[in-house]
Amino acid sequence: MTAMVKAEGVHKSFGHVEVLKGIDLEVKSGEVFCLIGPSGSGKSTFLRCINHLEKINAGRLYVDGELVGYRQKGDKLYELKDSEVALKRRDIGMVFQRFNLFPHMTALENVMEAPVQVKGQSKAAARERAGQLLERVGLADKAKNYPSQLSGGQQQRVAIARALAMDPKLMLFDEPTSALDPELVGDVLDVMRDLAESGMTMVVVTHEMGFAREVGDSLVFMDGGVVVESGNPRDVLTNPQHDRTKSFLSKVL
Amino acid sequence: MTTDISKSGDSAPKDEPPRSAPEAIKAIPVRHYGRYVAAVLAIGVLGALVMAFANGDINWDAIPDNFFDDRIMKGVRETLILTVLSMLIGVGGGIVLSVMRLSKNPVTSSIAWFYIWFFRGTPVLVQLFIWFNLGFVFEYINLGPVYKDEWSDFMTPFLTALLGLGLNEAAYMAEICRAGLLSVDEGQTEASQALGMSHNKTLRRIVIPQAMRVIVPPTGNEVINMLKTTSLVAAVQYYELLRYAQDIGTSSGATVEALLLAATWYLIMTSILSVGQFYLERYYARGSSRALPDTPWQKIKANMLSLGNRSGTGVR
Repeated sequence: MTAMVKAEGVHKSFGHVEVLKGIDLEVKSGEVFCLIGPSGSGKSTFLRCINHLEKINAGRLYVDGELVGYRQKGDKLYELKDSEVALKRRDIGMVFQRFNLFPHMTALENVMEAPVQVKGQSKAAARERAGQLLERVGLADKAKNYPSQLSGGQQQRVAIARALAMDPKLMLFDEPTSALDPELVGDVLDVMRDLAESGMTMVVVTHEMGFAREVGDSLVFMDGGVVVESGNPRDVLTNPQHDRTKSFLSKVL
Repeated sequence: MTTDISKSGDSAPKDEPPRSAPEAIKAIPVRHYGRYVAAVLAIGVLGALVMAFANGDINWDAIPDNFFDDRIMKGVRETLILTVLSMLIGVGGGIVLSVMRLSKNPVTSSIAWFYIWFFRGTPVLVQLFIWFNLGFVFEYINLGPVYKDEWSDFMTPFLTALLGLGLNEAAYMAEICRAGLLSVDEGQTEASQALGMSHNKTLRRIVIPQAMRVIVPPTGNEVINMLKTTSLVAAVQYYELLRYAQDIGTSSGATVEALLLAATWYLIMTSILSVGQFYLERYYARGSSRALPDTPWQKIKANMLSLGNRSGTGVR
């Protein structure tokens, strides 16, 4: 298997605060890669670096073999133009903690928006596809509802459908269930499990240890901007090697 | 509101049939004597004012007689044209200025800041006089091969009025647009960028439609304000509603009557604009709240239906 995401010594600072202090990891094509760790450990920031919502300060980050945000010629790096960055983002779906659905559009319009505006699909084709995607996430009957008329879990499933509409080769999930009522978490996790089974490469920042153990192929525990421990989720979660991992897991499990 | 209270009051005991329904409270309401006094006082003052005007030497017939006078109609038309055109300049200029102000380029953003500082910081009447009197410093207008003319021929009263009002308005609209653009959650931009949308598409499809909800209400106010502010251009020799009304007043000797006539027309126009603003706001509120506000017609219907219930609710 080839690496879908590859990080080599990735550093990121906000002002004087160094959030990522050299991250090395590899996400294989087709796997579900879980990032866990306490808040402030830099896991969300790292996720946002993958589609260049944040610029990294040092190191190299590759998606599907291509450098993120830069082009290398000889030993010089050139920043990519906005349009080039946008072109790369088409292939990377992202799901946010706060859903970030477009509130002035219905669920169906939310899912149709990018295929029509970015890929230039016809509205009819996009509408049909959007309908199928909403059905896939179990919301065919909510197509005409505005986000404010949907529950958090429903909104998040629409957001997943919206990301899938671009046929991404990689999906990023930024704590997708953290803003949900406990009752609604299951519906979203079911959709994600279904997606994992279809072979999608997924990087998931999560606090759902059950999901990580069941669905995850790899797991990384981050703390203080570094990778503390990584490996098979079942091994790491049941038999952590580092004290920091042990103390974290003892509190969340 | 009132219907809800009465419904919940009626239905609450029915929901729990097993338990004996508690007796409904029948308390003597607090008497607000201060309110009666205030109401009587207010009516008294109002009555005195009406009396004063009724006994004043006002020829009330002059108002309906001249209501559709040709000059008044022309004035109304000029006022409306001036309002629309200067608002177009204002909105267009405002959008450009707000984007300049928010841009990362320090030169454009400072220029926009300076423009807004100047045009908001000086009275619009002074600006109108400045435009009007620029002829004293410029003899000709010379745009190279494109256009060349004597300044006095170029700067007609109409152009003076239009530039004076429009450029001033642009400064206010810039701040309104800027506030609107800043009000849209950053997550919206991120979500649309993550989908691969370009900066322009993000602005046009995602940010601006949401900013409109914040921009439209104050812009409606600006239109209504502009309609009234156009009366200032009478000072730079441009003929609009007020100026024509004053003419009628001078020629017929009914000065106050003519002014009241103009006031009536201004009221009619601003009232119509307020209704338009209501529906525009309602349009841009879609999706932002679960239920859109009722239209006046829906409110009337709802009130008619609830009239029967109202007596029992104990609303003061």
